[in-house]
Amino acid sequence: MGILFEYLQYPFVRYALIVGTLIALCSSLLGVLLVLKRYSYIGDGLSHVAFGAMAIAAVLHMTSAKMLLILPITVLAAVLLLKTSSSSKVQGDARIAMVSVSSLAIGYLLMNRFSASANVSADVCSTLFGSTSILTLTAGEVWLCVILSVLVVMMYVLLYPRIFAVTFDEDFARASGMNTGFYNLLIAAVTAVIIVLAMNLVGSLLISALVIFPAITAMQIGRDFRSVSVYAAVISVCCALAGMLVAIVSGTPVGSTIVACDLAVFVIVYVLSLLKGRRG
Amino acid sequence: MSLITCRNLILGYEDGPIGSELNFTVNKGDYLCIIGENGSGKTTLMKTLLGLLKPYGGEVLFGDGLKQEKIGYLPQQTLVQKDFPASVREVVLSGRISHLGKHFFYQKKDREEAERQMARLQIKNLENHSYRSLSGGQQQRVLLARALCATDDLLVLDEPVTGLDANITKIMYETIRQLHKEGMTIIMISHDIHAALKYATHILSFEDTHFFGTKDQYLQYRQKKGGSF
Repeated sequence: MGILFEYLQYPFVRYALIVGTLIALCSSLLGVLLVLKRYSYIGDGLSHVAFGAMAIAAVLHMTSAKMLLILPITVLAAVLLLKTSSSSKVQGDARIAMVSVSSLAIGYLLMNRFSASANVSADVCSTLFGSTSILTLTAGEVWLCVILSVLVVMMYVLLYPRIFAVTFDEDFARASGMNTGFYNLLIAAVTAVIIVLAMNLVGSLLISALVIFPAITAMQIGRDFRSVSVYAAVISVCCALAGMLVAIVSGTPVGSTIVACDLAVFVIVYVLSLLKGRRG
Repeated sequence: MSLITCRNLILGYEDGPIGSELNFTVNKGDYLCIIGENGSGKTTLMKTLLGLLKPYGGEVLFGDGLKQEKIGYLPQQTLVQKDFPASVREVVLSGRISHLGKHFFYQKKDREEAERQMARLQIKNLENHSYRSLSGGQQQRVLLARALCATDDLLVLDEPVTGLDANITKIMYETIRQLHKEGMTIIMISHDIHAALKYATHILSFEDTHFFGTKDQYLQYRQKKGGSF
């Protein structure tokens, strides 16, 4: 306990906790939508695109302005993945897999060939698993994260009836005059933003866990959409906080520890729901 | 004026038209059954009426105060919905989405309308149940209540009894008949020709050639062709 309070004296630890909590909150809310819309893999694909973009930024020596490159590329990828999902020569899941492995391969290729850093494997490892970058956040990045998180939560709350309608039954929503294409794009674009932010926390390989686990766990408990959203947010924030504190105290990698917490909670809830013998 | 007038309507997707020109009207109080084999264009017609697809040719006109987005639509269930965590209340209320206008949230009158439609279809007691825990017949009633929330005039039902057992099917048909009696105009897609002839006032058939007319005209047409049921 003593160690914890000592660590909390440092601003970079407090920054990490704030940003981690906010990212966990946003990713879980979006996760509910992505899982229910069967878009889980878009999140995974986008995280790899973000890795590729990060590699380009590193090669170009963009340090402070790297977000200006990574964000637009990832959002663009999100839009393209969604746009073509209805009519295309390559099937949706195959296309996402292609985009995701290509980004990964090209990203690593670039970093390996052109990186200025002496220790390439450590760079790659921290981009993939987010081992240290959460602890090197600047005040500016924290503010960016706070603002974007507030926007995401506001969007979720204010557009809640519309988001529900589009997620539950897209055809019905469209027949009711809703511009469902716009809402799908909005969800994809916001997902891209959250994924880029979350790279700092857990790295690009583990983001999917942050998106999917809280939603799936919440669906084991919740009976309706509202309670599933709330449970997912609470579970995700608790797991992120617990994971970060454990990581700080015991020196384990932050991202992996958070994901391990998410997994543990899922397994516990799943077993309990099996014992209870009913769902919904 | 008719609620819906289809004039020289040609159905189709971007890659080409399906079938020949369609001409028919739906008036207030009609119960129109659209019958035909799978793949004959029934669902395409329905999507065109709802505005999910653009007509390939010709036009669909709405009259008598009907707006396209105020059609109550009962779609076939999708896989996504079967395990969707939503309460009955949330699903029924989402039928009011076209009444949101510039508001962010549903208003008091939307919630009252949802209550009314749940009572009308006798699913008020299920209000807080999870949609995925209901039986197929109950789920269908919930989606019907949602469709009723969306409309005052016209229900479009896509194979409303698919996957239901004989008993529940009968109850579903009786419910729809009751709604029709209360003044609702009904367009129902069905491949159950017996039910169509039992309940409908008008028939639009997609068999070998298009036929549109009242039920009696359809029976004469079938007799002339020497077809049997």
